[in-house]
Amino acid sequence: MTELFAALSLQMGYNATLVAVGAALLGAAAGVTGTFLFLRKRALVSDAISHATLPGVGIAFMVMVALGGEGRSLIGLMTGSAISAVLGLLCVGWLTRHTRLSEDASIGAVLSVFFGFGVVLLTVIQTMSAGRQAGLESFLLGATAGMLRSEAVVIALGGSLAVVLVVLLRRPMTLAAFDPEYTAGAGWPLARIDFAMMGLVTAVTVVGLKIVGLILIVALLIIPPVAARFWSARSGHVAALAGLIGGISGFVGAAISASAPSLPTGPIIVLVGSAIFVVSLLVAPERGVLATLVRRQRFHRAVHLRQGLLSLANGQPIYEPLTRRLLQREGLLRGDGVPTAAGSKAASEMGRDEQRWQILRADPALESAAAQYDGLTDVGAVLTPDQIAAIDAKLPRATPEVMP
Amino acid sequence: MSGAEFVPLSLTPLLIGSFAAMACALPGNFLVLRRQALIGDAISHVVLPGIVVAFLLTGMVATWPMMLGAGGAALIAVLLIEAVRRIGRIEPGAAMGVVFTTMFAGGVLLLELSDTSSVHLDVEHALYGNLESLIWLDAFGWHSLFEAEALRGVPPELWRMAAVLVAVIGFIALFWRALAISSFDEGFARTLGLRTGALGGALVAVSAIAAVAAFDAVGSIIVIAMFICPPAAARMMTNQLGRQVAWSMVFAVTSAVLGYVFAGYGPLWLGFDNSVSAAGMIAVVSGIILALAALFGPHRARRGAPLAG
Repeated sequence: MTELFAALSLQMGYNATLVAVGAALLGAAAGVTGTFLFLRKRALVSDAISHATLPGVGIAFMVMVALGGEGRSLIGLMTGSAISAVLGLLCVGWLTRHTRLSEDASIGAVLSVFFGFGVVLLTVIQTMSAGRQAGLESFLLGATAGMLRSEAVVIALGGSLAVVLVVLLRRPMTLAAFDPEYTAGAGWPLARIDFAMMGLVTAVTVVGLKIVGLILIVALLIIPPVAARFWSARSGHVAALAGLIGGISGFVGAAISASAPSLPTGPIIVLVGSAIFVVSLLVAPERGVLATLVRRQRFHRAVHLRQGLLSLANGQPIYEPLTRRLLQREGLLRGDGVPTAAGSKAASEMGRDEQRWQILRADPALESAAAQYDGLTDVGAVLTPDQIAAIDAKLPRATPEVMP
Repeated sequence: MSGAEFVPLSLTPLLIGSFAAMACALPGNFLVLRRQALIGDAISHVVLPGIVVAFLLTGMVATWPMMLGAGGAALIAVLLIEAVRRIGRIEPGAAMGVVFTTMFAGGVLLLELSDTSSVHLDVEHALYGNLESLIWLDAFGWHSLFEAEALRGVPPELWRMAAVLVAVIGFIALFWRALAISSFDEGFARTLGLRTGALGGALVAVSAIAAVAAFDAVGSIIVIAMFICPPAAARMMTNQLGRQVAWSMVFAVTSAVLGYVFAGYGPLWLGFDNSVSAAGMIAVVSGIILALAALFGPHRARRGAPLAG
């Protein structure tokens, strides 16, 4: 626990600190980029991109070994993975545009074939005598233990670069995410914006390979935006929040992993993000589960109260237990089912409201107001006082008396 | 190659690979048409946590608990995806992404936290499978196919995969018309009185069974590739569903056989002396078939309907 605290407060040494900062930057960049992908409804394209990096890693390794190196240079591996990710992306685009396949089938095809090819290359590499192939598997699930200083620097720099690019490109990407046709019509180069968005996704994937691993990097692009979406309906806020959630996931995940070096880093980072998602799902205002339940409960009560008061207004006895309980709790009904004084008053007001509604709904001139009838709203909320006065003039003279 | 060598070493992997490929490609035809192609991807990711939990509960690497665990995980994943989609009003792709990555991450972490060093259970195995190891040591040639003694030594994966394949064929044959109608025009199917919701659920369940059984034998790469590549390639060959399914079966078996052969003997032909991953090679061959179909297939282009999205 003390180790975890030390890691969280950046006291685990220079490398761990660099990695944690890099992971936080990476998470932030992934969260913001992912938001635009999510709003564009293309979240799973990132799955194809990330799986398509594997052959690039393998080929880069082989090339570096063939050139006489050790084959472990992170920059070399990242370059290779970026090239094959872009190839995969182009394949998805080509299949979707030039054949009858839908985008999800193209994604699945590219993902599985590229990944399968990567696995073939990995088995080839395993049999090569040259190079230090041990550790290539860490690109599958991510590992920060035993990371070199230079690698940590590359990751921190890559993360910051991605954040800067996201900030610069946020306006055109928002536009393209919400209304591609308008974006193209207004003279923006839509194809280039889309390409830049996908380029950013690729950049995030490539930087994240070493930390999160290629199977789970897609989680960093999807989970933060989805979690952030619960809290706000404004794209700018969602993007900023997703960046924050991604950054926290990356930082906390890398810190936990630094205090437990035997565990793969990727799953821990992802699970931190998932925990934030679950909390958002439960407690977010308006869209969260709790808020929905509370709203439903309130609606339920309002219907029962109104119907109960209308029954009282019409002099009908109430048998429904929940209605009775609600009316009694509000002090409108006595234990024996007889309305109190306050209850009689509320009931006759409710009765009048219902009668006003009936006149309103029968009047074609008030059609737009009548459309708002939901059996709960007060007439006063949809009409002006003089309109109500005009309606009241048509009310039958004798309002039915409430039975004592 | 003589029967004495071929039957024990290559016959069973070839058969298991082909059965797995067909069992996945069959429901894959309908999933591709319904734009649910990535369900296979999601299922094959969540199988890992299911297997790990089953192992932790029972403490052994036995087939049935693991299959049950994997099936349970697939079921939970599908329910969770539905829940996230409905409660959060999230688009299906993103809901899927959230659920399967979370479950996969949980599975990996559980695996690393628990002591599984004594048993053969790791992430790489789950991804690649181990088709090459499913050999039939009791066989000494073609005549062994008729000897009860030798047949008892056939890897159990073969019988399991065959049974699952028969079950999948049965399901597709039984609900052929309903599946076809609801895949092309769900609204029309509903007006006919078909219970499209239940049918869609059954299709996903059958896919999950095929995926779990195939996963057990050959790993998750083949599962994802076979769900999508052969049906997608078959779609470029014809406009008729029956022919499409037939083509997809041909492509699935071709991928499995050629992939296995290339993986086992390709390196030898090129002068290397080690084989490569058969699962990966099968996926690559299916991808090559898809590429050829996309370039030359008679019905490759989208006609009439504008580009969606």
